[in-house]
Amino acid sequence: MSFKKLSTSTLAIAVVTAATAASARDQVQVAGSSTVLPYASIVAEAFGENFDFPTPVVESGGSSAGLKRFCQGVGTEHTDIANASRAIREKEIKACADNGVTDIIEVRIGYDGIVFASQFDGPDFTAFTESDIFNALAPKVMVDGELKENPYTKWADFNADLPDEDILAFIPGTKHGTREVFEEKVIAAGCEATGAMEAMIAGGMSEDEAEDACLEVRTDGRSVDIDGDYTETLASIDANANAIGVFGLAFYENNTDKLKVATMAGVEPTTETIAAGEYPVSRPLYFYIKKAHIGVIPGLKEFAEFFVADEIAGPDGPLAEYGLVSDPELAETQATVAGEQVMGGGS
Amino acid sequence: MTDASLPSSSENRERVSLMAPDARTQKRKAAERRFRMYGIAGIATGIFFLIVLLVSIVSSGAGAFQQTFITVSVYLDPAKLDKNGNRNLEEISKVSTFGYTPLIQQALFDKVQENGIETPLEKSKDMKALISASAAAQIRDVVISNPDLIGETVDFRILASSRVDGYLKGRVQREDVARDKNIDAEHLDLVDALQPFGIIEKTFNMDFITGADASESRAESAGIGVAMIGSFFMMLVVLVLSLPIGVAASIYLEEFAPKNRWTDLIEVNIANLAAVPSIVFGILGLAVFIQFMHLPQSAPLVGGLVLTLMTLPTIIISTRASLKAVPPSIRDAALGVGASKMQSVFHHVLPLAAPGILTGTIIGLAQALGETAPLLLIGMVGFIASNAPDGIASGLLDPNSAMPAQIYEWAKRADPAFYERAWGGIIILLGFLISMNTIAVILRRRFERRW
Repeated sequence: MSFKKLSTSTLAIAVVTAATAASARDQVQVAGSSTVLPYASIVAEAFGENFDFPTPVVESGGSSAGLKRFCQGVGTEHTDIANASRAIREKEIKACADNGVTDIIEVRIGYDGIVFASQFDGPDFTAFTESDIFNALAPKVMVDGELKENPYTKWADFNADLPDEDILAFIPGTKHGTREVFEEKVIAAGCEATGAMEAMIAGGMSEDEAEDACLEVRTDGRSVDIDGDYTETLASIDANANAIGVFGLAFYENNTDKLKVATMAGVEPTTETIAAGEYPVSRPLYFYIKKAHIGVIPGLKEFAEFFVADEIAGPDGPLAEYGLVSDPELAETQATVAGEQVMGGGS
Repeated sequence: MTDASLPSSSENRERVSLMAPDARTQKRKAAERRFRMYGIAGIATGIFFLIVLLVSIVSSGAGAFQQTFITVSVYLDPAKLDKNGNRNLEEISKVSTFGYTPLIQQALFDKVQENGIETPLEKSKDMKALISASAAAQIRDVVISNPDLIGETVDFRILASSRVDGYLKGRVQREDVARDKNIDAEHLDLVDALQPFGIIEKTFNMDFITGADASESRAESAGIGVAMIGSFFMMLVVLVLSLPIGVAASIYLEEFAPKNRWTDLIEVNIANLAAVPSIVFGILGLAVFIQFMHLPQSAPLVGGLVLTLMTLPTIIISTRASLKAVPPSIRDAALGVGASKMQSVFHHVLPLAAPGILTGTIIGLAQALGETAPLLLIGMVGFIASNAPDGIASGLLDPNSAMPAQIYEWAKRADPAFYERAWGGIIILLGFLISMNTIAVILRRRFERRW
């Protein structure tokens, strides 16, 4: 190989590199929640099949990571859509605004249930209440009317109906939007139901402090954060017969041969009970569109409209079939997308 | 050892037979035997784990190369697909895949009725659980590329759903389906009944090797082909960049550079770079190529650049080693007959070192091919490998995944059918790695000269 050849090939690469720096992007880029990823990928695939636009690219990484990337700025090198399994936070809106991302369209695609499941052949973890989970996982609980460091090591210690097994739970890590829902709808609800919150306020905490304290989980190894995906939780459950894990409803429904689900406050999690509002642990799923990219990235608005169309996100669409609980107010969402209404009023 | 040469006085020495070894010799021999045993035990353990690994990979992944297909004759109903009857392509393409699904369900239902199979499933809609969602897109593509087919009955070979496929592969068990909302025992009975007619059959699945990734709801149509193309373009970038740069750097360092503190420092740095964890290069790639240079996210070009950084030290080290292995007499002889330094290097030293350089390059490439960690950070993991690139520029710049990243992505997904495909992907990746390493070994055997 001669020097001439070497330098030509190097030069060629350099030229390609330089050329791309200026080129635009022709497919929609989505990143964010791993809970929304399956839904977004189903829509992206159908979008690619039915439209002349290329199939959008969907990355995962968690709601917080996705929103962080979303908020990095306006321009083709930044993502167009952030998926989130929770609503965007005030400080994220501010971070967005600091980087010039001001007009954000919030789209609610439907609801998703969070279920507690354990190994199929494992102990009888079939019925929980919020208080049970709180008693098992909170750092401080009510014992005989007093707020104490959590003394419980077995489920039967506080509820004789539960199996006499060591407490071990795999819960989503803090980068997941699911964690926030788990804390608010289960731990905090249990905190109030057991009277721990009242005891905290009586013990001198302000109401806000008590609310924050109610969201904590114990750190002695009985509650394990899973930062990966549900498959990691599933693997942990597979290895620990006496453990319970937190899953999305759709994931559970795909793995019913290995998992059995527990009822929450007596209600079994199904798309019907979630849609009816009976099953308590559910949350809305969102995606956020950067309005400045509409018209710049081809197909962005079409993709968003397609996502919330009746044939996709409606009760008989492929998303509902996969496990999404469709939003009864879908028509409003469709109007939001069609009218490009940004968050915080305005248009 | 020293005790063998210890002077020993003949008076103290016991009278021993030459035929029977004395106690000390026996002890030494026993120690040697034990040492050999440890060695054999070590190798045996290694082989055992290798076999366990291979058996588990092949047994879990072999299923991915087979897929269940359904043969149906679909009546392409003009009333549904072309309402105005004018065969206008624009109007036909307005009918989305959702418009095709009922036709396919009806076609399979007719097949069931035709063959007189008894089933409690009485509506064509009940066929839904058997048919892959990809079938509608497959048929729509055919109709759009050939609108004259509308009004005719055309035979199609469509994919069965992942649950049906899992049932035929033994992954979905009858006792589990009671709790599975995607399929029930009645459908499995129907699958059993359809099999003797050859309507449902399991065959080799080329689409797994050539196809694109599919969304979570249709594991059955996912393939590793597009990710393979992504890997190919990345390797192209790595080869084109790291081979010339690496060889040029090593020739200079080895043949021309003065030996001083600076070159020592460079040498130490190269050795250190070779030991840097690959995720570090990923972060570097994100910061430099994407955030600073604004190269596109998820592009194989960026992946290739990142992997080039990772491969360079490997190539430099192996190139320098093979340059060093060329005896100085070759250089001296060349210089002696009047060649310039550069001529001696390019006419004599480099050709002799080439097999070693190529071996090092191939091993470096194989390492880069199996790398996932840096790709996580530059956006190559997710639902990405969905469009096959249509040219070199699009291959380098359009979002794509790579084989190991695709495997990682599949292993995360909910449907157990994806898990099987992850193992299938591992088999293909291993196939590539083994063949690359074999080429390296053959090159070395064939062309290496010993001095």
